[in-house]
Amino acid sequence: MFHLVWLIPAFPIASFLVLAIFGTRLSKKAVPLFGVGSIALSAVVSILIMFRFLTSPPPGNHYTQILWTWVDVGGFKPQIAFYLDALSVLMTLVVTCVGFLIHLYSAEFMQEDEGYSRFFAYMNLFVASMCTLLLGNNLLLLFLGWEGVGLCSYLLIGFWYRDPANGLAARKAFIVTRVGDTAMTMGLFLLFDKLGTLQIQDLMHQALLHWAVGSPYAVAAALLLLGGAVGKSAQLPLQTWLPDAMAGPTPTSALIHAATMVTAGVYLIARTHILFSLAPSAQFAVAVVGAATLILAGFSALTQPDIKRILAYSTISQIGYMFLALGVGAWSAALFHFMTHAFFKALLFLGAGVIIESLHHEHNIFKMGGLRKELPLAFWTFLAAGCSLAGLPLITAGFYSKGLIIWDTWSSAQGSHVLWFAAVIGVLLTSLYTFRLIFVVFFGEVKTPVHKRPGLRMMVPCVILAVLSVVGGFLDTPPFLGGVHSFTDFMHLALPVMTEGPAGGMTEILSESFVTLAFLVGLYLAYFFYVQKREYAEKLTAPAIGKALHQFWLSDWGMDWLYERVFVRPIIWIARVDKQDFVDNIYSGMALLTEFCYRGVRKTETGRIRWYAAGIAAGSIIFVAIVLFL
Amino acid sequence: MILVWLIVILLVAGVLAGFAGRVNTLWPRVISLVAVSIDFVLSLILWSENSSRVQLFPQRKWIEQVDWTWIPRFGIHFHLAMDGLSLLLIVLTFLLGIMSVLISWKEIQKGVGFFHFNLMWILAGILGVFLAVDLFLFYFAWELMLVPMYFLIAIWGHERRIYAAVKFFLFTQLSGLLMLIAILTLYFTHHRETGVYSFEYKDLLGTVLTPHTAMLVMLGFFVAFAVKLPMFPFHTWLPDAHTEAPTAGSVILAGLLLKTGAYGMLRFVVPLFPDAAHAFAPVAMTLAVIGIVYGAVLAFGQTDLKRLVAYTSVSHLGFVLLGIFAWNELALQGALIGMIAHGISTGALFMLVGGLQERTHTREMDRLKGLWATVPVMSGTMLFFALASIGLPGLGDFVGEFLTLLGTYRVSIGLTLVAAIGILISTLYALKVIQRALHGPNTHEWSIPDLGARELLIMIPMMLILLWLGLYPQPVLRTFEPAMHKLQEYAKPHPVLTLNPSVRALSYNGRLPEIKGK
Amino acid sequence: MASVPMHQGLLLAGILFALGLTGLLVRRNVVFILMSLEIMLNAAGLAFVVAGSRWGQPDGQIVFIFILTMAAAEVSVGLALVLQIYRRFKTLDVDAASEMRG
Repeated sequence: MFHLVWLIPAFPIASFLVLAIFGTRLSKKAVPLFGVGSIALSAVVSILIMFRFLTSPPPGNHYTQILWTWVDVGGFKPQIAFYLDALSVLMTLVVTCVGFLIHLYSAEFMQEDEGYSRFFAYMNLFVASMCTLLLGNNLLLLFLGWEGVGLCSYLLIGFWYRDPANGLAARKAFIVTRVGDTAMTMGLFLLFDKLGTLQIQDLMHQALLHWAVGSPYAVAAALLLLGGAVGKSAQLPLQTWLPDAMAGPTPTSALIHAATMVTAGVYLIARTHILFSLAPSAQFAVAVVGAATLILAGFSALTQPDIKRILAYSTISQIGYMFLALGVGAWSAALFHFMTHAFFKALLFLGAGVIIESLHHEHNIFKMGGLRKELPLAFWTFLAAGCSLAGLPLITAGFYSKGLIIWDTWSSAQGSHVLWFAAVIGVLLTSLYTFRLIFVVFFGEVKTPVHKRPGLRMMVPCVILAVLSVVGGFLDTPPFLGGVHSFTDFMHLALPVMTEGPAGGMTEILSESFVTLAFLVGLYLAYFFYVQKREYAEKLTAPAIGKALHQFWLSDWGMDWLYERVFVRPIIWIARVDKQDFVDNIYSGMALLTEFCYRGVRKTETGRIRWYAAGIAAGSIIFVAIVLFL
Repeated sequence: MILVWLIVILLVAGVLAGFAGRVNTLWPRVISLVAVSIDFVLSLILWSENSSRVQLFPQRKWIEQVDWTWIPRFGIHFHLAMDGLSLLLIVLTFLLGIMSVLISWKEIQKGVGFFHFNLMWILAGILGVFLAVDLFLFYFAWELMLVPMYFLIAIWGHERRIYAAVKFFLFTQLSGLLMLIAILTLYFTHHRETGVYSFEYKDLLGTVLTPHTAMLVMLGFFVAFAVKLPMFPFHTWLPDAHTEAPTAGSVILAGLLLKTGAYGMLRFVVPLFPDAAHAFAPVAMTLAVIGIVYGAVLAFGQTDLKRLVAYTSVSHLGFVLLGIFAWNELALQGALIGMIAHGISTGALFMLVGGLQERTHTREMDRLKGLWATVPVMSGTMLFFALASIGLPGLGDFVGEFLTLLGTYRVSIGLTLVAAIGILISTLYALKVIQRALHGPNTHEWSIPDLGARELLIMIPMMLILLWLGLYPQPVLRTFEPAMHKLQEYAKPHPVLTLNPSVRALSYNGRLPEIKGK
Repeated sequence: MASVPMHQGLLLAGILFALGLTGLLVRRNVVFILMSLEIMLNAAGLAFVVAGSRWGQPDGQIVFIFILTMAAAEVSVGLALVLQIYRRFKTLDVDAASEMRG
């Protein structure tokens, strides 16, 4: 069964090739047959593998399938090989299943688009790359998938290429993530140079053998990998690309920029967790980055008027939670949140897609309203996902996964109370911006009439995801709510157990109560400002300070502004000034000098015979004189 | 013997094509295509035969060789020999040769006979460079490539063709003269030491020079190859020549002529002068890295599509130079893959730009906006090759760049970092091409034909080769491996210079006065 | 036969040569230039003859005969050129024929 793993990326690749080569000649019916069907097959294979993994796990709880040796030079021997363990199996399962639902949704969503087959080609290539990233047994193959998903992200953000703004957003996404990738490649060089392999399991083994805890090499390598993770997962300071990436089609945002690709950084850190354990300072940096990102992005999400941008900032913020969990060593909590987040955030985007489609491509939430009655199914599914995101206690998946992270932040040996506090504030912000969105869009009076209602292929995935965003949390519950540990136990096949520190008077139930309190405060504030007293919300931004703060958050803490001035403009300026190449002036100068001499000597060439004769005579006299007198 | 045939077929085909051009325009094309194809098949046969032989006789020095005495008085031989390095580059030469003939099928309409004569003779010259192991013969072939290339640019080029052709000629000719002086110095030094006049590569390998002379002579070779490569700051002929040349000329310039520079570095500079090259390596590597970044920034600044592609060569060949002077197995293999992959990806980009110019009569990106809507296949192909040139994993260039940097990392972390940033900048120019030329609204309302069957016949094999190089480069690496080990062996630091003075005095009995006191 | 002292002969040759050169430089008419050239040639010939008589060798006179032959040939070519110049420029002024200036 496990040897079928190569089929998971192979189906989408095959379908990509078919769609890329014959795409324009296929009928509108055949395109989704390949596009969606291939992902369905991949999902089936991953479900089978997951099932097999649970019922009869392979020896040592991991399995490697070597296809061929990629390169073999001077001891550098990466292979095209797939590695299965609890971590990669889980993530592949989530990616293919959520991917399948989103593909199914897109089959209807993109039906009228002229680039129907191109869209599915890119999406399939994405799933293939993402699976390669997750399954690759060495960092080079992981990097292949890593760049592949980046490329697909680029292609899909700029999918509607006629509008230059989309192209710019796509370019920004690709370049910003590639900044992180540059750091990551340096990390790969360092690891290979010091440990002599890039095969992940060997690498971790060698690292344990050769490096002590806190070794500078380990710290440097971990920080460089973190650079790559930060770029891909849109964390501080490279988060600026994700909100702009919303220019792509909404299913793309759901699949790539919410559920899967942006969590690649989480996967990378979890995959190399031993390295991070050897570098406590780097791991602490992961936690700090996560905590800072979740707060900053939360504030930014509060001010956005564009429905997709709100969700984008929310994604950044939620991935911040995952980073925070990784940073405190709560590996399985991070993966748990990854899974629930994939469900509810994908659903939120799909719901947003339904809303945007039905309102003539309207993105501004303040031009929407009262959609609760107009689009009831969309409302209920969106509400389920929103509650899960905000962490509605007891019944939603988000509550369990986020609560686990927050409790682990307090109780872990590497955790701290400041980080815990930041995470709880984050819950308040999440609840506030989520319900602001829900109240504004679905309540109040109708502002834009609905002109189109979604069909079955769009709503079925939404309903399935809505169910998952609720029940997904019951895989792992705190002791006082049943104490189920199936998810954590499963993850512990691949990831170490978190080391607990002194609890210091806090208990898990108390921590969960604080989370609940924060959720309720956020909910109430949203209700107060956006349902009860709408005018208060406008009053808040009326004074100068409120306005400035609003503007500041709206522009993502001015980071784009800063990068524009520090990086973008100087490079463009240099490139423009040096278009003609300074160096060429040296050679042009030589040419000019030669020409100048030529002009000077040319003057003696008068064409007058008598001058020449005089020259000969004068020359002879001078010559004779020299011979005679010197 | 087969090596001679490879060259003779081209030379004869060139002359035949030249005469056939008087009859009609079809014959020269057919003759050239057939000749290059025969050569290509022969080279593939050589490769497949040899892939098993390399395993059997790893110590065998040359795969094939021909050694005829040419001018015995001066020790000049007609000596051609082939190892894994030359073999791979020869296969590349014929591949791109076929593509150049095919791509010129429609583009070249005047002087067809003479055009193909030049094309064949350039290829013959390149072949001579890759095969010659007699330095006189090497210099001869080196100059032989130059003249037909000059005609190719000056007659069939674009607007500023004369300027570009003269610039190309002056740069390469002057640097070639430096190499001639260096060759002669080496030749006479060798004679003084051994009493034998010989231009033979193997004889000259062991020539002992004082460090000072070695450095000067090495620089003579180095500059000649660095200009061809081209290395910063000798790169300025390249954008002009590439931009003004006809498509086939640009393909051969970028795909092959630049490689002769890299080949020269690998074959001659480092093995002949190991110590001097070692001492000079930091400078060469720094210049290489400057070239990587500078070329990429300049490419980003261009608005002329062909010029942009031309500058990317400066950047990519910087990686090759970096790899050569890092001189460890990883970096050398990386440099080799980089050379082949660059030949294909940049060659293909030049062909696509040439195709666009043929259709739209412009190379300005701002005039080309929104082409995706009208030529989706061509745009997709261009996207593919643009992505290859920024080192997307899974394609050939990535393997080259990654291995090069992995090897360079062992030598210098700082230079690796700057070079990695160079890759980042390469993203900027590649995306600029896509954004400006392919994406955006089709404001100029272009409606032009998409890639035809002939162009697809060119593009598809090149895409497949890049994918093959990116996912399974092992056959290429394995072919190069024995040759590379031999080169590394030659380049071992000279035992004479590393021994302590007393031992040296004993073993050489004071016969080498110039070493004393150094 | 009283021999002329050598220095007087050489002086005469020198004066003739200088006269010829001056004529060559100052005159613009081609015919005069040709005549000046003849004078210079004869001056050189005279110097040879003088030198030959000084050392009692026949070489000087042999060379003079060579010079005469050459001068004849040169004049014939020169006059042909003069005719061409006149035909083309309708003047005998050499400066008019300065078409080869750079």
